[in-house]
Amino acid sequence: MTDHKPLKIAIASGKGGTGKTLVATNLFHTLISNDIKTSLVDCDAEAPNAKLFFEGKLEKSFAVTQQVPVIDENLCTYCGKCYEYCHYNAIFILPPARVIKVIEDLCHGCGACTVACKFGAITEKPMPLGEVRRYALEGSQSLVESCMKTGVFSPVAVIKAGIKEAGNGQTVIMDAPPGTSCPFIQTVDRADFVVLVTEPTPFGLSDLRQSVETLKRMKKPCGVIVNRTGLGNHALYDFLEQEDIPLLMEIPFERNIAHTYAQGRKLKDLDPAWETRFLNLFEKIILENGNSHHKR
Amino acid sequence: MEIAIISGKGGTGKSSISAAFATLAEPVVLTDCDVDAANLYILFDPEHEEEESFVGGEKAVIDRELCTNCGICISYCAFEAISFSPEGVIISETACDGCHLCKRICPHGAIHMVDNDDSRLYTGSFRNGRMVYGRLAPGEENSGKLVNLVREKARKQSKAFGMETIIIDGPPGIGCPVISSITGVDQVVIVTEPSLSGLHDLERAADVSGSFGIQTRVIINKADLDEAMSDTIETWCRERGLAVVARIPFNPEVVEAMVNCKSISEWAPDSETSQILRETWKGILHGKS
Repeated sequence: MTDHKPLKIAIASGKGGTGKTLVATNLFHTLISNDIKTSLVDCDAEAPNAKLFFEGKLEKSFAVTQQVPVIDENLCTYCGKCYEYCHYNAIFILPPARVIKVIEDLCHGCGACTVACKFGAITEKPMPLGEVRRYALEGSQSLVESCMKTGVFSPVAVIKAGIKEAGNGQTVIMDAPPGTSCPFIQTVDRADFVVLVTEPTPFGLSDLRQSVETLKRMKKPCGVIVNRTGLGNHALYDFLEQEDIPLLMEIPFERNIAHTYAQGRKLKDLDPAWETRFLNLFEKIILENGNSHHKR
Repeated sequence: MEIAIISGKGGTGKSSISAAFATLAEPVVLTDCDVDAANLYILFDPEHEEEESFVGGEKAVIDRELCTNCGICISYCAFEAISFSPEGVIISETACDGCHLCKRICPHGAIHMVDNDDSRLYTGSFRNGRMVYGRLAPGEENSGKLVNLVREKARKQSKAFGMETIIIDGPPGIGCPVISSITGVDQVVIVTEPSLSGLHDLERAADVSGSFGIQTRVIINKADLDEAMSDTIETWCRERGLAVVARIPFNPEVVEAMVNCKSISEWAPDSETSQILRETWKGILHGKS
């Protein structure tokens, strides 16, 4: 293995179910069994699953919170300034009836209401959004899990806290959330390189196009892993060629691969050659990302 | 009757199953509420009769001419979206939440807000009824709000065209867009698959629909990939009082159908998968569990 700057690699897919967690967990497993210091961060805070593939001891966990306003009704003059400042309709006010309420579910924690209040009637309290858990695996390797509380409006804060927890001094693999909206953006924004996992079907291509378009706008380098090859058609490969996107790896559509994954096992249990393939994948990512950032 | 199909996570076959239901018998209003990655339009190639834009949020923009780089806005931004750069103070488009606070506190009036209006809402007809779907522009929030608009539109279509059944293909996850997809529906169908992740995601999805007290049914897709796991899921469902209404075998024809832009019920109507789905759909429509 060549020397390299610690990279942050996001494994993303536009949509769930294309094999993102399969790639993230197998790559992570390969790197740690080759003594490459790595953390895996499960950024799919709405449905974190990576932990199911590893034995690890819970080392640390903390709540991720957001500041929500608390209004002191004795100091409040019902002037309505906080209501005016709140862009998320999280403050309900009826001045004649002297009623004022904070709707915590709608609050984004921007702090505008606190700034607006000239009477010192607003203070803030933390409200839990979810939890970050760090599991110690073999050696100094760790798995960080971002887990959102059911019904919270956005997993972004929990994802950010999880990535922060992983730190900077080593390779970090981020199992990204599906889609191309905020949670995806916040995850890939912190990555040096994005691996997009897709499948050669019309659905796969449609989601890939959208992810590629987004990453281009963000000027993030990316490569593609085609999962379930042998299914579907060739349109995906034409697209990769057209857009000049590197094809990093292919995983065939095989029942025993699906079965191995479903049981929470690694692909190398099926065939040790998979470990070499994932190591090659890592080398390719370093190469793809190596031109400007670091020496080989 | 409004029926939402969700899955806790993508890739379990939610859209394929929604597509099959949408092409069985009665005309339906089909809504794709996976506004992040709408896919059903690929299968059904609907006629776009109406296209509306949707403002997904706002972003703060700095006017270089007026900015004095005082940095007050940086200290106020709760989203860490503003920072100093060699070119002066900059606002990260991706991190900005559109709260307006920086605009309000800037002493030089150097910040203004712009609309994100790249998201779209489409309405039209497809081969078995009407179709409504949204497409959220990359990186935009408020997908729950767009889902609400899609559903409102679907209800209007249902009335206007006398199509009583509304099928909602939901988004993955358990967050706000999912909640927007299932509030007020008559039934929720959770699609899962026999894996550890499948059960884990099913539990979270069932918590969400359970908390709304909506009648919830479960379909185990690709059930024969791991029969033992399918049994485990079925036992778990029974304990939770959830009915497992179908175990669908793993069938590569489902993918073949998709590649050919057909639902499985259109592509292979006599296959075992199609037969099971037909019976399941009848059960759902007639309220059997």
